[in-house]
Amino acid sequence: MKKKRSIQLMSKLAGGLIAIGAGALLVSSDGGAAASALEAVQYETAQQSGRASLRRLTPDQYRNVIDDIFGSSIELGGRFEPDQRVDNLNEIGASSVSVSSAGMAQYYSIARSVATHVVSEEHRNALIPCQPKSAMDADDACASQFLSKAGGMIFRRPLTAAEQRRYVEAARTASKTTKDFYTGLSLSLTAMLSSPQFLFRQVVLEPDPASPGNYRLDGYSKASRVSFLLWNSMPDPMLLAAAERGDLHTQKGLAREASRMLASPRLEDGVRAFFADMFQFDAMSSLSKDGKLYPKFNSMVVADAQEQTLKTLIDLLVRQREDYPKVFVVRKTYLTPALASVYDLPLINNVPNGSPDAWQPYEFPANDPRGGILTHLSFLALHSHPGRSSPTLRGKALREIMLCQKVPAPPGDVDFTLVNDDTAYKTARERLAAHSREPMCAGCHKITDPMGLALENFDGAGAYRTEENGKRIDTTGEFEGTRFNNGRELGQVFYDKPERATSCLVDRLTAYALGRTPVRGEATWLGQLKEGFASNGYKLPDLMRDIATSPELYRVSAPVVEASDLSAGSRTTR
Amino acid sequence: MAKFDRRTVLRGVMSGGAVTVGLPLLNCFLDNNGTALAATGESLPVCFGHYYQALGLNPGMWIPSKIGAGYENNIQLKVLDPFKERMNVFSGMRYFLDGRPHETHTSTVQICTTGAVFDGGPIGPSLDSKIADVIGKRSRFRSLEVTFHGSRGSRSRRSGSSVNPSEGSPAALYKRIFGPEFIDPNAADFTPDPFVLAQRSVLSAVTEQRQNLMRQVDATDRARLDEYFTSVREIEQQLELESQKPDPLPACSVPGAMEEATPGSVVEDIVVNGRLMARLLAHAMACGQTRVFNVDTGSGSWRHAGSAVAWHTATHEESIDKTLGYQKEVFAFLTVANQLFADFLHILDSVREGPGTLLDRSLVLWQTDHGDARIHSNEDIPVMTAGRAGGLIKTGMHLRAPGDPCCRVGLTVMQAFGVPLSTWGDRSNQTSKTITEIVA
Repeated sequence: MKKKRSIQLMSKLAGGLIAIGAGALLVSSDGGAAASALEAVQYETAQQSGRASLRRLTPDQYRNVIDDIFGSSIELGGRFEPDQRVDNLNEIGASSVSVSSAGMAQYYSIARSVATHVVSEEHRNALIPCQPKSAMDADDACASQFLSKAGGMIFRRPLTAAEQRRYVEAARTASKTTKDFYTGLSLSLTAMLSSPQFLFRQVVLEPDPASPGNYRLDGYSKASRVSFLLWNSMPDPMLLAAAERGDLHTQKGLAREASRMLASPRLEDGVRAFFADMFQFDAMSSLSKDGKLYPKFNSMVVADAQEQTLKTLIDLLVRQREDYPKVFVVRKTYLTPALASVYDLPLINNVPNGSPDAWQPYEFPANDPRGGILTHLSFLALHSHPGRSSPTLRGKALREIMLCQKVPAPPGDVDFTLVNDDTAYKTARERLAAHSREPMCAGCHKITDPMGLALENFDGAGAYRTEENGKRIDTTGEFEGTRFNNGRELGQVFYDKPERATSCLVDRLTAYALGRTPVRGEATWLGQLKEGFASNGYKLPDLMRDIATSPELYRVSAPVVEASDLSAGSRTTR
Repeated sequence: MAKFDRRTVLRGVMSGGAVTVGLPLLNCFLDNNGTALAATGESLPVCFGHYYQALGLNPGMWIPSKIGAGYENNIQLKVLDPFKERMNVFSGMRYFLDGRPHETHTSTVQICTTGAVFDGGPIGPSLDSKIADVIGKRSRFRSLEVTFHGSRGSRSRRSGSSVNPSEGSPAALYKRIFGPEFIDPNAADFTPDPFVLAQRSVLSAVTEQRQNLMRQVDATDRARLDEYFTSVREIEQQLELESQKPDPLPACSVPGAMEEATPGSVVEDIVVNGRLMARLLAHAMACGQTRVFNVDTGSGSWRHAGSAVAWHTATHEESIDKTLGYQKEVFAFLTVANQLFADFLHILDSVREGPGTLLDRSLVLWQTDHGDARIHSNEDIPVMTAGRAGGLIKTGMHLRAPGDPCCRVGLTVMQAFGVPLSTWGDRSNQTSKTITEIVA
């Protein structure tokens, strides 16, 4: 039986180790791998700081990174393994997913496609800094020059000498086998792009000299953490240089880099990625509506609906620097002709003929039933059934996505007989009223339905209506003691009482930055972030700066190992 | 030897929409018993498929009245009569939540595929993955996952962190199986491609790092990296297969190119997609490309064009017809679904290999989430198997085990395929009771 006695790792290990961490790569002081004695590292659940895990790149991050390294003309080809949503975020799921067999086949085929494009005659002159002595044979010098430069970006840190040697050797062997320098080079690049160092965002820990006995992320891991948060992509050369100099270990250096990145237009990519994750827009890709019931709702509308909300948010929160609660009342938005037809608006196409951008600014009038992102198609249609609206789904989404509250699942063995007689009810409110008369159903439906019913003026595709089955729709309701008459007014209530929604945003953004749900020991930090957010007038870029420059974002728990595992150190790895 | 062009026949099949048709067999490749490859003397390999159809069956309309061999199908399963002697129907068993929250349509799927509710503990592989670990290693794809409704979701997982994504488009699945990387096992000549050999050598730059990386991370990430490296190893195995001449498979033929079908949940499209997927899987197995498959019918989302009510919604909202005594709309959905399952079996059975068929050397396990979907009941869950897995399973029986965990079927099936397991399932779902009646 395993001993349950846990011991602090550092007390048991000799000084050669500099980096230890739950879930992290360990490096020794000379930069090589170490700590073979650590067979199992356990972490306590109630720790002061949390675990730092490998995070799998999301499809968007993969695309952004390839764009950054090789330019946007490189085609990816292939499809990515779907993300996995954990605790409401794909970015948390990224810390727990691995790569399935089918997923790896896809990654491999994408890597081959990228590498083939990079060495193609069209791109090689721009992307490969040298020419081989013979195109039909291996050339270590040229391969080395290219692979170390590309590798430093692909791994988001300089290659180790061993890695450098190995990938050059791989290129040499493959060039000789295929009698083609560029094929060999592209295969070595394919291997790099298929490696765990690329597909997963690595975290390397080192002891914190400022705080003996504690651990921090190394400079390159910090650089990745901040750049994926702010730009949804890899660190740029300036940030990597700052990491190399050790600047990111000083508050001043970190703040300087964060300011530079926040001022860049690439911040919009970061904000876009965060909201797409928080609002679960990945579900849009499989959203379809019944063509007979909603003839205007097609795949173009789906793509535009998501973009409309993201454009609105970026304009409001990043460009205009408005406060976050305004998202629930904002009337200014952007529309395309496809969207306007579902919104039933006479949008005249006034962009220049042949312009690639079909988007036009539009402002809903003050008395319009629409206002705020809750009345956007991206919310209304996404949280509905294919053939009809659903106050329950919408109410649940409002609670869980916008307010970070958890709605319990329906119970088992429930007899629906009482609410079965569909024909007796004309509106959703009547149908759902039957649920709330049933004690078993009432608890949860009271949580979801009143808010969802406020949006019943919008059908399953998000189009405006005033009647259902010939009966006038009642959209009145109450949220935490404040009454409202319709969906627009519900948004106003969220704006007037911003505490829950803004607190939710801080929780989500922090979890998004950490790649995990914050631990108990981080409650104080979250409290400080929330206070700061409120006192800064709920400015999103300021909140992002606060998170990006918090020491807490880079703090990692000291690992705890079981004594029995240390003694079993000679066991070989699986 | 008969002179005909197998491909011509198949093209006709694929475009004509016929359901049952035999793929011509070239008997010269088989031994005198017709069950082993003449070239190698090996038996044709066994195949496993998991067929998931949410929302159960109509209570009172599927359980056969007779127990044991020689049962008669009840009204709802009459459509499966042609396979009765090669099927088993199980009734009376149930899923156990042991007081844990009932995530309806979710917790029970977790039990029927992995034996356990995902409640924060480690999530084991689904049973198809365990079987694939035993029988899937020598085929190009360890397993193939499909849905009939266009989704890429899947019930199949290697572990909690690794879901095997589905193919929702027949055209994409066709490309994956029969694209440029497909090697026809019956092609006359074979030359190893130096590009394939080069890829194998280069990938070792990645796999060599395994030990080093694995000991640098904690147990959780080590499990993830382990899965990653297993997946890379499978790419290597695939490249290895591509560099060897495959054994000839007489029943193998390449279907004609496939056009994109209409994705979505409208029943008419589902039926078309489902049959296309069945044919592709049949061809893939006949050509030795995979030995394991997973089907998710996506039945919860099925609906009729122009109707606001999906099957799932109907199970909860439709009244029980006072004259008929059941939900009419739900019954109609079930009729289509059961017919589609019968079509699926017909398509596997239409691949003739000597005296038997592809269905005979396969086992398809049909499972569902609830006994009575209307009330999310976890009792009297219908379970079925079809095919004999090349003689590993005895068939033609209705077995009733009231109150026993459904995991008994999963355990028995896994054991039949050689998965080294003596018990399976969590808490009250746990069982070590093999259903000995069906063990050959």
